[in-house]
Amino acid sequence: MDWQAFEVSISLALLTCLSLFPIGLAIAYFLAKSNFVGRGFIEAIITLPLVLPPTVLGYFLLVGMDSNSFFGGVFASLTGQNLAFSFVGLWFASIIYSLPFAVQPMLRSLESIAPEIREAAWCSGLSRWKTFFKIELPLAWPGIITAMVLSFSHTLGEFGVVLMIGGNIAGETRTVSIAIYDSVLAFDHQQAQSMSFILLAIALVTITIVYTFNRKQTRVVAV
Amino acid sequence: MLHVTLQQTKPTTLDVELSCEKGEVLALVGPSGAGKSTVLRCIAGLQIPQQGLIKCKGHTWFESAKKLNKTPQQRRVGMVFQNYALFPHLTVAENIKLALDNGKDGNEQSKRLLEQVNLSGLEQRYPNQLSGGQQQRVAIARALARQPEVLLLDEPFSAVDKVTRRKLYMELNTLRRQLDMPVILVTHDLDEAAMLADSLCVIHQGTTLQQGTPETVLFQPNNVAIARQVDARNVFTAQLVEHEQALKLKWHNYLIDVADTSQFKINDDIHWTLSPSKVLLHQRVRKSRGEHENPLEGTICEMVSLRGITTLILTVAHSNGTNLQMDLPEHVATRNGLKIGETISVSLLADAIHLMSE
Repeated sequence: MDWQAFEVSISLALLTCLSLFPIGLAIAYFLAKSNFVGRGFIEAIITLPLVLPPTVLGYFLLVGMDSNSFFGGVFASLTGQNLAFSFVGLWFASIIYSLPFAVQPMLRSLESIAPEIREAAWCSGLSRWKTFFKIELPLAWPGIITAMVLSFSHTLGEFGVVLMIGGNIAGETRTVSIAIYDSVLAFDHQQAQSMSFILLAIALVTITIVYTFNRKQTRVVAV
Repeated sequence: MLHVTLQQTKPTTLDVELSCEKGEVLALVGPSGAGKSTVLRCIAGLQIPQQGLIKCKGHTWFESAKKLNKTPQQRRVGMVFQNYALFPHLTVAENIKLALDNGKDGNEQSKRLLEQVNLSGLEQRYPNQLSGGQQQRVAIARALARQPEVLLLDEPFSAVDKVTRRKLYMELNTLRRQLDMPVILVTHDLDEAAMLADSLCVIHQGTTLQQGTPETVLFQPNNVAIARQVDARNVFTAQLVEHEQALKLKWHNYLIDVADTSQFKINDDIHWTLSPSKVLLHQRVRKSRGEHENPLEGTICEMVSLRGITTLILTVAHSNGTNLQMDLPEHVATRNGLKIGETISVSLLADAIHLMSE
């Protein structure tokens, strides 16, 4: 069993998930509140990783992370390291490809809050920040939990993008899905099977938690 | 106490002027889409009109000339939304405590407010565990928690059934006696407005047409447009003529006595209206003195009874088939054996006839 791969995968999934909480929430809140002309285009860009083949997305990210490109060059000059084929690069890429999994549930749950609820809070004397923390955030919580769990699970299982920009460096970019692929290539079906079952169990447990939590929340909130 | 003037051309037209005194209930009435809720939202600070002035208790909340606009949080407004807008993830007590000015004595104050709206004992329930009527009471308690300078009620009875509604009317009537702030009630139900409000303000297509007591607005509308808005049932046209040194209404073949003609001149074509309850039935058995007052005959062509009141539609004799509506107690209709097709004799009370311009 490649426990090092598990460590990389879980660290990557947790970091991505924690990063997407503020990033996804800020984007979802902005989209939920605004109704500008280009909103459809912005939503399309965010949703793009869902429909693009992982190799295409991986290719663009790889090009962007190259030290000769603007973004990769800036990172290299600041840190002295290359983004491509590094854990940090993988983390950055995970944020991009898991973005729609975080933004969409958050956006839907924020949009489902009736405007009168927000206005009632203002008329009750609550500032906009207080309204966000005491009313909107708790009401959007099921969507936020769903977003976090989906981002975590999706990052844990991603293969194509990881292979394109991370390669297969043990302890750095070799995730469980890469390790399973390696085991199959090496005809080590025993190891591939064990790791696949563990990934399956993690995915099943997290999604069950999401559904159970959401049902409980819906029961309290439904008026 | 509360004075509001609003003007706007976009996105909807507004031309509003209204005022409401301390402890007074003002009903803003008009059809759906008339702009009633928009006015309420402007008072609450949830919508900014293009021009206007909103003053309450000596404080200016909005003044376009000075570019002054206070936020809803700065206005001390208690607002009850149409669907109550309770915070669904909070208990009844938490809903109220959130609107209280400070955390101190929150339990005590929320308990007192719930007692005031007859909801004691339901502090720990969530909004989805309450009936429509109970939700409305929580919404009122939450609105009062801020000790508002004005209480705004946006169609508060539209989301409850008729039986609950009648009970809530009584409760609101009791509650309002304890309140010392202006209360603005938005409704499209004229009966509800007349029952609960001290004054009515008719609004149509964003323009306030008339403000006055329910009696004045409903039975003495300023013009025919207002009469239509308040669903005045007997509205006719006639001419003012001089007869035996007095001004009378010439209506078909009748010369009708009117108490007040001061606003009009001879030969003016005018409109007149008369409340159906001011058409008096002549008893067949016992003649009375009132029978000399604007008598006319008519044939009953329709007859409906509801809650002890019988409404008759009479086709007035010698009037080219003009219909006149009259209301009378159901027992009077029964005692006189009134039936469709019968011809009866009635009097139009001169004091109650109201003349209007177009």
